[in-house]
Amino acid sequence: MKIHEYQAKQILARFGVAVPRGELITEAPQARAVAERLDGKVVVKAQVHAGGRGKAGGVKLASDPDEAVEAASRILGMRLISKQTGPQGRLVRRVLVEEALAIARELYLGVVLDRNVGLPVMMASAFGGMEIEEVAAEHPEAILKEHFDPQAGLQAFQARKLAFGLGLTGRTFMGFMRLASALARACAEADASLAEINPLLVTPDGDVLALDAKMTFDDNALFRHPEIVEMRDLDEEDPYEVEASKFDLNYIKLDGSIGCMVNGAGLAMGTMDIIKHHGGAPANFLDVGGGASQQRVENAFRILLSDPEVKAVLINIFGGIVRCDMIAAGVVAAARNLHVQVPIVVRLQGTNVEEGKRILAESGLALLTADTMAEAASKVVAAAR
Amino acid sequence: MAIWVDERTRVVVQGLTGKEGQFHAARCREYGTKIVAGMTPGKGGSSVDGTPVFNTVAEARQATGCNASLIFVPPPMAADAIMEAADAGIELIVCITEGIPVRDMIAVKRVLAGTESRLIGPNCPGIISPGKAKLGIMPAHIHREGTIGVVSRSGTLTYEAVDQLTKLGLGQSTGVGIGGDPVSGTSFVDVLRAFRDDPATEGVVMIGEIGGSAEEDAADLVAAGFGKPVVAFIAGQTAPPGRRMGHAGAIIAGGKGTAREKMEALTAAGIHVVATPAEIGVTMAKVLGRA
Repeated sequence: MKIHEYQAKQILARFGVAVPRGELITEAPQARAVAERLDGKVVVKAQVHAGGRGKAGGVKLASDPDEAVEAASRILGMRLISKQTGPQGRLVRRVLVEEALAIARELYLGVVLDRNVGLPVMMASAFGGMEIEEVAAEHPEAILKEHFDPQAGLQAFQARKLAFGLGLTGRTFMGFMRLASALARACAEADASLAEINPLLVTPDGDVLALDAKMTFDDNALFRHPEIVEMRDLDEEDPYEVEASKFDLNYIKLDGSIGCMVNGAGLAMGTMDIIKHHGGAPANFLDVGGGASQQRVENAFRILLSDPEVKAVLINIFGGIVRCDMIAAGVVAAARNLHVQVPIVVRLQGTNVEEGKRILAESGLALLTADTMAEAASKVVAAAR
Repeated sequence: MAIWVDERTRVVVQGLTGKEGQFHAARCREYGTKIVAGMTPGKGGSSVDGTPVFNTVAEARQATGCNASLIFVPPPMAADAIMEAADAGIELIVCITEGIPVRDMIAVKRVLAGTESRLIGPNCPGIISPGKAKLGIMPAHIHREGTIGVVSRSGTLTYEAVDQLTKLGLGQSTGVGIGGDPVSGTSFVDVLRAFRDDPATEGVVMIGEIGGSAEEDAADLVAAGFGKPVVAFIAGQTAPPGRRMGHAGAIIAGGKGTAREKMEALTAAGIHVVATPAEIGVTMAKVLGRA
């Protein structure tokens, strides 16, 4: 699960990470009072779940309260388009107004799960403000790494190694030590799968603060963090995906024309791949799950078909524990109830497949059937044309 | 022969008294698997379908000599269940549970590192040695006894591959689902080593997916000399970056873990990489000269 910058800063601050003073607003005139409280000079930052906000015009510096209102009115309501948002962009509904701080140095500090090692790794670099992937590609030696056990936390010697590696001294060294250990603690306790402070700011006075912050959480651990679940912003998610999540369906919107309904994540990806191989483009990833009931099939169908881009549907079910006859009955009922207009290709395999095929054949519906994945893919690609 | 599970495997089912546990344990028993014990805290002394239930894994081991565990415990308690099995000296722990937090799995791995136990999963269909034993939720009837080793991060996609193999007359020595989570017990490399050393396995089907670099590690192992043909498919060639494709571990993060990178690494290692799942079975048949 993703959250906004201001929310990430709230969480990090709770664990002792120093962040700039700031307030969230949703109406431009509110910027005046906030700027006055912050002594005039502020930064106004669009709050959307996407990077590249600065280049997209979503971050503006204001030198007095008038300019703050002006900046907020430009950013609020804008469609922010960056390389992470796609061409349709994101509507900005909230902005963070923060004190503008003088910059001596910009660093990078992040925590991510290192799957090879099976532990989180804290990464630091002197190239603040640059994307870490770029730094990794251009200056791999410039990324300092320390793995840590979430239970034991980041040890002081590890934070020291990072601080020395970044060439920090004095007050900045101490500030960094505190901040790094607080960040590690925040990630462990909040079950973050990723946290990035980029840039990590060093002020001319030697203070160290998180100028920007991004956090993503382990969905599997949300059951123990109701306060984080409350931070979910449905406006930032695809409406089809929000609808699917209500029914516990695993759906991801893509930009092709062939709707896919598959049981199992691996088979769903494999189905998308074979559609592409046959010259088509999948409209979505959809895993109806192992326990695909008639109800689930119907809900999945409804969500698939509500996407106007969908020109044909491929249903690919490998019946293991799930029986093909039950799936077939669900497909027939859903197709009837929803008055489906687009061509549907159904490929069933596995448990009770013959009975399933009989149900489809006797339904009187214009369903196309296939025995193999290759046949199903070529039929659905042809049907979508 | 087969790897890790066979006729001698004696299984305790943790979570046997739950709906899932009871249902799948019955299917495993029907297949001939020796389900000798169940374990649910507080239900000790009862029984499910004639199988005695114990309060702790240690008691179950002492009373029944079980050497493997099959876990159907809900995610918040699953890490504890795995650690309890390891503490009781269970050699093979198969965890089916989907949805265990990463932090819990990190703790599990730390604890297991000091034991002799092997963990398969979590978030996996389990392991089957056709004709011998099944510890998992895979449909048994699609499998046949034979000489192809199958290892996969997926569930239904594996069934698809196994079904193709069986229909081409290629039975399986053992099928192992290593699971779709980012932190898990047994890796591709572990399974490939076991298949390499198993005289009854003459070829291996490997099904990977986007995310992480376990497939690249497997490629390194095979490149160093494997002695048996390997056919591989990588799911998620069309997956967009940054999105989790169902499995917690199936995500292209920071531009890393793409299907293309994996397919290139596997191909360079001499592995027969197929572009679509439909070609897995026929490719293995061809490679073995049985087409």
